[in-house]
Amino acid sequence: MIKNDIREMGLTRVVVASCSPLMHEPTFRRAVQSAGLNPYLFQMANIREQCSWITENRELATERAKAIVNAAVMRVNFNEPLEVEKIPVNSNVLVVGGGITGIEAALQIADSGKKVYLVEKEPTIGGYMTRFDKTFPTLDCAACILTPKMVSVEQHENIELLTYSDVTDFSGYVGKFTAKIRKRPRYVDEDKCTGCGLCEEKCPLSVPSEFDCKLGKRKAIYRPFPQAVPNVPVIDREHCLYFTKNICKVCVKFCPHHAIDFEQKEKYIEVPVGSAILATGFDLFDASRIKEYGYGKLPNVITSIEFERLTHASGPTAGKIQLKNGNLPESVAIVHCVGSRDQNYNEHCSRVCCMYSLKTAHLVREKTDAKVYEFYIDMRAFGKGYEEFYKRVLHEDVTFIRGRVAEITDVAQNPSEEGKLIVVAEDTLLGIVRRIPVDMVVLSVGLEPRKDAGQLAHVFRISRSKDGFFLERHPKLAPVSTAGQGIYVAGACQSPKDIPDSVAQGAAAAANVLSFVDKGEIEMEPTIAILKEEACSGCKICIGLCPYGAINFDESSGRAVITSVLCKGCGVCVAACPSGAIEQQNFTNKQLMAEIEAICS
Amino acid sequence: MVIDLATRFEPKIVGFLCRWCAYTGADLAGLSRINYPPNITPIRVNCSGRVDPTLVLKALATGADGVLIAGCHPGDCHYINGNAKTIRRFKLLQRLLQQFGIEKERVRLEWVSASEGGRYARIVESMTEEIRSLGPLNWKKEMAIAA
Repeated sequence: MIKNDIREMGLTRVVVASCSPLMHEPTFRRAVQSAGLNPYLFQMANIREQCSWITENRELATERAKAIVNAAVMRVNFNEPLEVEKIPVNSNVLVVGGGITGIEAALQIADSGKKVYLVEKEPTIGGYMTRFDKTFPTLDCAACILTPKMVSVEQHENIELLTYSDVTDFSGYVGKFTAKIRKRPRYVDEDKCTGCGLCEEKCPLSVPSEFDCKLGKRKAIYRPFPQAVPNVPVIDREHCLYFTKNICKVCVKFCPHHAIDFEQKEKYIEVPVGSAILATGFDLFDASRIKEYGYGKLPNVITSIEFERLTHASGPTAGKIQLKNGNLPESVAIVHCVGSRDQNYNEHCSRVCCMYSLKTAHLVREKTDAKVYEFYIDMRAFGKGYEEFYKRVLHEDVTFIRGRVAEITDVAQNPSEEGKLIVVAEDTLLGIVRRIPVDMVVLSVGLEPRKDAGQLAHVFRISRSKDGFFLERHPKLAPVSTAGQGIYVAGACQSPKDIPDSVAQGAAAAANVLSFVDKGEIEMEPTIAILKEEACSGCKICIGLCPYGAINFDESSGRAVITSVLCKGCGVCVAACPSGAIEQQNFTNKQLMAEIEAICS
Repeated sequence: MVIDLATRFEPKIVGFLCRWCAYTGADLAGLSRINYPPNITPIRVNCSGRVDPTLVLKALATGADGVLIAGCHPGDCHYINGNAKTIRRFKLLQRLLQQFGIEKERVRLEWVSASEGGRYARIVESMTEEIRSLGPLNWKKEMAIAA
């Protein structure tokens, strides 16, 4: 009907008075366009959701509907034909973070034939998962499922792996970004090194290994673990005898491929990409912040990640769960929600701790004869097979005590507590305070945003939610998109997640990227800010206000310049310009004034 | 007391609603059939940060008795921090209105998320009642006399 009228009567403007434009504005615009009229010469008057559906006062509602239609009619007079700009998309994709999420995203994209730059700040990819022993609820070994994927990344012809590197700057706009990446020096030539490991063997200096939570040792030239990808060691400048005392050089002497290069310098490279996925993961809560748990003071109070290294077959104890003195524990307490669900630290639930605590309990029962006490607040076994795993552990002779632990102390109150760690908690099911003496306490620490999350959010110009994790565009319907077009988030950098959810998000972000990379171009909303150059006084007020850095100052003309592809059309600069030199397309002052007059008269 | 609906003052309010949160929230109020006084007429903008104080003054000068500016909650702005700029601008606008002798209740800045249909309805309800008790602004008439 609309199409026929446009054709037969030669209409130049169209107003539809019906429902909310949020629903059908695109439908009507398409109809108008197919009849040969510019879609922006169409205006919608919403007389349903915000008029007829909110009152039973017919008289007033009718008056109001008239005003709404009148406003649309007056406004449409000033509507101008606008063109949707299409900009080409560079098909290269930047993935930041080489944990399981980033690996999944990178492999999905690379498999489709697109080039991926995978940036990882550690010397190896793999993330936290490389340090885990078993994974819940299936108890498959983390390395068995992860290392093949790591190798695929290394061997993939479409993935350029940049380890020991970070992104320092990210400029441009969707479809055409430039990422500036800092490559820190390894002091080992990646092209010459074959990963034979001779240098590590010969290096005379041993220091505590970060990978093993300082429970084990590594050399000053080291790979974090034997299956590191890339399989190239890195020299720890802080400890290496050459860098600290200008002696030694044993590695140089023994390296059969002359790969050691003490002269290596920090290097910056710039790569062109059309989109980016942030998969930078999480930090673990620092348990020493909770003084009453004694972590750092009481030797046998350890964190869950330390437990992972203890129980790991290739960890510092070769998988033996032991106390600091080498004895086997006769009893172990596992404390949930350390740093999570706690107003003093993090209010959020870290989501994975209930399940990995159950796994901890299972592994202790499997490998030792120790009695296990598990202190929980609520048991959250939400995923596929999780409840079943909980039931299984319930039958493995583990004592579950419902209550938050108040204190862990070595001050005994009676002979049975002598030489033990005493875990004090209110058992909320029995309504009494209990003191449980044990040999070892495992603190199930929660997940936090990474310490550099704020800095990274700034580099990529995206927002963070109140808890400090990256903010998604919509919590339900756009969970991996961000307010920054072409920039996606996946995995635990958005909120705490387990491995299955992280992998799912990595793949989801890859699909999001591919959907517009594959099309080759994206359409830009034309409701952007336009500068009337002759009216600009060069006061620069707009420049500081633009949240996207889309406005710059041109020294030669003394005026502002708007980069239209960067403009998202918020209109903040339009409202602020004291000379009225900036207009927002389809939201011009004329259009809005016409609406106001029509409503008020 | 019986209120004579026929002669009761019905204030005219112009609402500047950001399309992402407030406008969607107002739509939700309708979809949920939440009743509120039909005294507000919405104008859709992309961001509350687009609302130039001139637009507010224009509305008051042409016959509106009140103006509502509604956007996303602070921290939730679709345009990173457009609403933060609205807050700053609004404070100055309030001072200006005070100098014009306009009661501050007539112009309000509120945050309505896309899920807060009920909140939007309550805001409009309370605003309508407040302005009704203040009476008409009559700025249009006064300006005509002054001219």
